Amino acid sequence: MARVTLDRVHKVYPNGFEAVRPTSFQIEDGEFLVLVGPSGCGKSTLLRMIAGLEDITGGTLTIDGREVNSVGPADRDIAMVFQNYALYPHMTVRRNIAYGLANRGTPRDRIAAKVEEAARMLNLTDHLDRKPAQLSGGQRQRVAMGRAIVRDPALFLFDEPLSNLDAKLRNQMRIEIKALQRRLGVTSIYVTHDQVEAMTMADRIIVLNGGVIEQIGTPAEIYHSPASTFVASFMGAPPMNLIEAAFETGAVRLPDGTAVMDAPGGRSGPITLGIRPEDVRLGRGSATFDVALVEELGAHRLLHGKLSGQPFTAHALKESDATTGSHRIDLPFEALALFDRETGMRL
Amino acid sequence: MAELSHTILLPPEQARAARPVAPARRHRRPLRWGAVGNHAVLIAGALFMLAPLLMLVQMSTIPDAQIMRTGPSFEIGDRFWPNLEKALTESMSFSGETTGLNMFRNSMILGLGFALGKIVISMMAAYAIVYFRLRFATLAFWLIFTTLLLPLEVRIVPSYEITQKLGLLNSWTGLIVPLIASATATFFFRQFFMSVPEELLEAAKIDGAGPVKFFIDILVPLSRTMIAAMFIIMFVFGWNQYLWPVMVSTEEGKFTLVQGIKQITQGLEGGHIPEYGRSNILAILAVLPPVLVVVFFQRWFVKGLTESDK
Ligand SMILES: Nc1ncnc2c1ncn2[C@@H]1O[C@H](COP(=O)(O)OP(=O)(O)OP(=O)(O)O)[C@@H](O)[C@H]1O
Ligand SMILES: [Mg+2]
Repeated sequence: MARVTLDRVHKVYPNGFEAVRPTSFQIEDGEFLVLVGPSGCGKSTLLRMIAGLEDITGGTLTIDGREVNSVGPADRDIAMVFQNYALYPHMTVRRNIAYGLANRGTPRDRIAAKVEEAARMLNLTDHLDRKPAQLSGGQRQRVAMGRAIVRDPALFLFDEPLSNLDAKLRNQMRIEIKALQRRLGVTSIYVTHDQVEAMTMADRIIVLNGGVIEQIGTPAEIYHSPASTFVASFMGAPPMNLIEAAFETGAVRLPDGTAVMDAPGGRSGPITLGIRPEDVRLGRGSATFDVALVEELGAHRLLHGKLSGQPFTAHALKESDATTGSHRIDLPFEALALFDRETGMRL
Repeated sequence: MAELSHTILLPPEQARAARPVAPARRHRRPLRWGAVGNHAVLIAGALFMLAPLLMLVQMSTIPDAQIMRTGPSFEIGDRFWPNLEKALTESMSFSGETTGLNMFRNSMILGLGFALGKIVISMMAAYAIVYFRLRFATLAFWLIFTTLLLPLEVRIVPSYEITQKLGLLNSWTGLIVPLIASATATFFFRQFFMSVPEELLEAAKIDGAGPVKFFIDILVPLSRTMIAAMFIIMFVFGWNQYLWPVMVSTEEGKFTLVQGIKQITQGLEGGHIPEYGRSNILAILAVLPPVLVVVFFQRWFVKGLTESDK
């Protein structure tokens, strides 16, 4: 178990591309940290620098108080689970799991005991003598997990470990991984581009965009008070509504002139207004929402349409009889988020 | 030859019967003429390749004088076992070292030495080129690759001179080492290593495997199909070497089968009847191991290809 500190860590690839701009944060002992962001934002690069698979261009990386910038991956006391599992195809499941221990000179009987224990924990006991090719995707995923946990590392690193699984299995493995991490209490860094995974698994989330941290926070913080329009639109399904509005004559007004919120202090100029679809109140209020499409999701419905000429989505409970056409809506003051139109930053 | 192939292709009664049967069958399952044509071509090709071997076998069973008179025929004589014994155990020179068994062993050493040496060297070279950030790795690779343009025959004089100056003439080292670098094998292993997923190396690094361990524990087992393929090619190549052994080993104790066969037919110049039977046996001995290697490794090869997933 370990605390991991990044101090102005950055990465410039040999071709001159700066994949990660100077980044600082700290991961607490036993914490489950999720790195999330769109494809190409530098998540893997950051994770691989922590793993020691990629050189750190600048800054310092500390694991448990020890600077590890120039320590090899084997000596950082980490374990990693790869997206394609990277199991050794010619070795049995047993040998795959045992390989890391054997290389470290662990006595045989101890290896056997640890492998059995990991296999029991992961429901792999019946498959120990198979080759990876003879396993299903979910089982391979478990073997990769087994390989990570037998070594009792100080830090688990996951690089999109579930993205090769189908949706159902992904949900199941998500819960299993989280439960396992809870049980073992090992500090973990988990990379994903799936915001549902990020929200459900994380103790804290780091949202990355273009090699820069957009926001660090608990899932609730990230969800309810996004630091930028990027975070607002990236997290949540459906994402937060972002509509163009402006400070005008003491209020925040939509382009059609509807005032949605008082704005003291005489500010003026364009802003972006954000509101989560489930915070929109239907049936009363000052704004008019033209619903073009009703999406039935069983437990609830999503209404898609336009608010003041801009795309807008609202969440309707299943008992409400929302239909297409014009609806009065209210945008509650406490649910609104205001962003600078230029920079996208929260005001 | 024509007679021979015809008889084996179809016994006469069947050849006659084939015609009336064909239309009757068409009702049940249409005869695919394409397949028939393909098989005809394949069978003809196989017979064309097999005929000389069958002739060798046939000629090793009849007395040498009869071969002088009639050449190959369909007669199967009783000389096979005596010829075999003579070929294996009797020397054909004064030194007494050029027995078939001895030459067979020498050929084996050469073939195995070549195959194993080439595989080891080229795997290591490919490993260095693919996995290590060498300064001029690409250049080194292309340099190795261009040596394909310089086969032994082109560089035989300097190669011989170096071998001679190193005092390696008439030694196994001199026979094997100068030919052991292989651009072909290096190239194939390089291509193979480049197709191995990067994550395996990374996983191994995290699992605490150093470069040597990764090579031996992971890369070599993963390459087994490639190794089998290279072994076939290189063993046959080494086994069939003629020019280099002729130049480097003048000691009869190191003669290979391929060299030895030549030695026997030279007897013709001496006014004796050449020992056809014996040299035919030696030729069969010389053909057999490469065939067996191909047959044996081919099965292994296919098995490896279908089993391993990458
Ligand atoms: N070896 C490299 N040389 C140069 N640029 C690279 C290299 N590896 C990655 N990059 C670039 O660095 C950026 C970040 O890559 P990275 O693999 O970290 O993305 P990611 O966030 O993991 O994306 P994904 O979700 O698709 O895996 C990308 O724009 C990529 O093109
Ligand atoms: Mg990635």
